[in-house]
Amino acid sequence: MPKAQVVFEDIGVAVTVPAGTRLIEVSEKVGAGITYGCREGECGTCMMKIVSGMENLANPSMLETKVLQEQMAGRHNRLACQAQVLQGQIVVAPG
Amino acid sequence: MNPPPSALPGHTRTTGGYEAIPVAEGVHWIGALDPQLRNFDIILKTANGTTYNAYCVRGSAGVAIIDTVKAEFADEFFARFEQVADYAEITTIVLNHLEPDHTGALPELLRRAPQARVHISHRAPLMLKGLLKHNGESLDFTTVQQGDRLSLGDRHLRFLHTPFLHWPDTQCTFLEEDGILFSGDIFGCHFCDPRLFNDRVGDFRFSFEYYYQHIMRPFREHVLHALPLIEALDIRLICPAHGPIHRDAPLAYVKRYHQLAAPQLTNEAGQHAKTLVMFYISAYGNTALMAQAIKDGAESIDGVRVSLYDLQGGEVTPFVDLIEEADAIAFGSPTINGDAVKPVWDLLSCLTQVPLKGKLGAAFGSYGWSGEAVGMIEDRLRGLKLRVPCAGIKLKLIPTGEELAQCHAFGQDLARHLTGQAAFRVIDMTELA
Repeated sequence: MPKAQVVFEDIGVAVTVPAGTRLIEVSEKVGAGITYGCREGECGTCMMKIVSGMENLANPSMLETKVLQEQMAGRHNRLACQAQVLQGQIVVAPG
Repeated sequence: MNPPPSALPGHTRTTGGYEAIPVAEGVHWIGALDPQLRNFDIILKTANGTTYNAYCVRGSAGVAIIDTVKAEFADEFFARFEQVADYAEITTIVLNHLEPDHTGALPELLRRAPQARVHISHRAPLMLKGLLKHNGESLDFTTVQQGDRLSLGDRHLRFLHTPFLHWPDTQCTFLEEDGILFSGDIFGCHFCDPRLFNDRVGDFRFSFEYYYQHIMRPFREHVLHALPLIEALDIRLICPAHGPIHRDAPLAYVKRYHQLAAPQLTNEAGQHAKTLVMFYISAYGNTALMAQAIKDGAESIDGVRVSLYDLQGGEVTPFVDLIEEADAIAFGSPTINGDAVKPVWDLLSCLTQVPLKGKLGAAFGSYGWSGEAVGMIEDRLRGLKLRVPCAGIKLKLIPTGEELAQCHAFGQDLARHLTGQAAFRVIDMTELA
């Protein structure tokens, strides 16, 4: 199975994950500072910053795009409960 | 826009015994009194009820309604409104906060005044849709941001973006020419007295402080962000959404919010140390042994100050104050009948009263059969938005010397995370529990 690597910048941990993994499946277990609310892409609590590797994430769904707009997100922001890892390395941070 | 004769000074038309109360020239309170309420939103006692404050502002080019009331009190709200304006005159409805106690009369108000434009914070649209969806209703609305202004002709409303006081959608509205701040839930309290103004009602100091502690305290940082926006205004009157209108010395309530939002305790550890507060409870002394070993381990790392408390010897409230100021918290519990024990849950159930984001959390405990408590506590800590950087440690019954060394190392690991000394790690997802 193709692998990717997610680096949680705030805690200094890199996790090797199977392609297709959502950030939410990893970040809490590893103790990263990204926090969650509804966990269903609605509340925007888990908005995170993609420090690098945005191109290695699946494109946001219509739902995620809408919530990001409502949260006045920047172009480096994604929702951790929705963002799906595809390949390569992605460096993330809370906020 | 001329007022109907009933709205002119000196003319009072009562409807069903409900009067619109003048707040300033052309500004009326049209809210509702709920003296029988004894419990609000499940979390607050209300010893003499509450008020749902709504206001009507008349300008030369339109009438604005600021907030409405709880649905059961809609008749009272409409009766008061009808004394000071006609529905056809309403151009603007401002919703400073969309919780149902302030928006319950909105659907009927929109039916009676379909021409009115609703103005809400830019964080509020999803909530507005959620409020109206059960009726299959939708409406056009305008979202506003910090500093946006709205003209009523000879009067102007200015919007202050004050989110999380106490919902994401909350905002304040300032009537510029009159210096009136419609503050929403900020500076409010649950206190019901028909005399309405702070210089006429009974002593509501307890209710004001109690309301802050339960509604605003979890959002202390947001209070401190909002206060400078409010203090920059020339305020002559504060009209909150609950409780008395602050006519006498309104700025005293702003100042009091500053005091209340300050830390409950000073940081005993000083600026250069991180604080870890540990709580444990132990049936046979095994979890207590673990707690001591973890404490010793954490304290062996420079820059960490640890406090250790037996939950059986303390009360929840002072522990909550300690947690509010701590950088990290750890809970030790045995597992009894597949669960953490009640004193642990009692404390963990009170932590929504304080800001927790950014703190570290940890769990540990001795067990006899299955040891579920540690994982359950960790889940609760994550649910409270704490970061749990070290997988919890659980030991079967009496810890050995080697196991206590593991606890010592666990404390060191936690302290390293707390002080930013944790080494960079590369792991596989399968290693995560």
